[in-house]
Amino acid sequence: MDVGQMQRQWLDYTRSLFIEGFLDNQFLQLQQLQDENNPEFVVEVVSLFFEDSERILKDLTFALDQQGVDFKKVDAHVHQLKGSSSSVGAQRVKNACIAFRNFCEEQNVEACLRCLQQVKQEYCLVKNKLETLFRLEQQIVAAGGSIPMMELSF
Amino acid sequence: MGLAAEAQFHVLAVDDSLIDRMLIERLLKTSSFHVTAVDSGSKALKFLGLVEEEQRNEEPSFVAPKTHNQDVDVNLIITDYCMPEMTGYDLLRKIKESKSLKDIPVVIMSSENVPSRINRCLEEGAEEFFLKPVQQSDVNKLRPHLLKSKVKEVREEDQVINLSRNDIKEILA
Repeated sequence: MDVGQMQRQWLDYTRSLFIEGFLDNQFLQLQQLQDENNPEFVVEVVSLFFEDSERILKDLTFALDQQGVDFKKVDAHVHQLKGSSSSVGAQRVKNACIAFRNFCEEQNVEACLRCLQQVKQEYCLVKNKLETLFRLEQQIVAAGGSIPMMELSF
Repeated sequence: MGLAAEAQFHVLAVDDSLIDRMLIERLLKTSSFHVTAVDSGSKALKFLGLVEEEQRNEEPSFVAPKTHNQDVDVNLIITDYCMPEMTGYDLLRKIKESKSLKDIPVVIMSSENVPSRINRCLEEGAEEFFLKPVQQSDVNKLRPHLLKSKVKEVREEDQVINLSRNDIKEILA
């Protein structure tokens, strides 16, 4: 594959992530903040998001496993995850968190456990997608090309 | 130090989320602001020298009251609302209650759109309230607030010199 084909593949893949709702406009904002002086900005922020999320999901699993569930704590964790997913543009994770918080308010353990599953699923999906995207970027750069500027035209 | 339209403005950003600190720092730097980012309200107050000032005010001194801590020149504070221990609102109040810091413009950020929260902050003296995630267009709104405070600062420097002369007169009388 030549650089041009790789770039087109990257564009198509990125577009699909937006169309399928995995990413929203905030991800574009992140890309716009990246430049020659900060060439790794998106990868850095997203890596932090991965670390943060994995820690929070662990804490959530633990908190919901307790005899007497502390819903305030659970809600605080979900609030944090909602914030960070919103900040990186991980739309489906964010939306899953919003639903989750509603059940925290109702203090419904069963529903919360279902939500946790949902959030974990969405997180895994978006993690895989973004890792694939970053791999494509590395290939383009290794072949001497540059990452195209994304424009949301749909 | 004259009116500096060309000088770099120094923004203090306060947020307990590392990701959001990275974001706001990048956004501010893109707009050519000099940025200091801290992760709590208490660290912000420490940075602003507020803790020291409270101790200093208990002693009589010949030192002219400053409009801002001259060791740390902060032109704007942008803070998250939801933080453990000290919320952005608490921080805002402490700043507005401080003689030396009250004129520094404060902007609040929050992930939640709660009208009563927004009004409370604006009534307490916040210049703006930004919904997270903060955008470049929000950051672009900051410059007028910064320029306004620079002008005020320059005018007040004259008054400060006069005040200290009076202080000395009283003490010597």
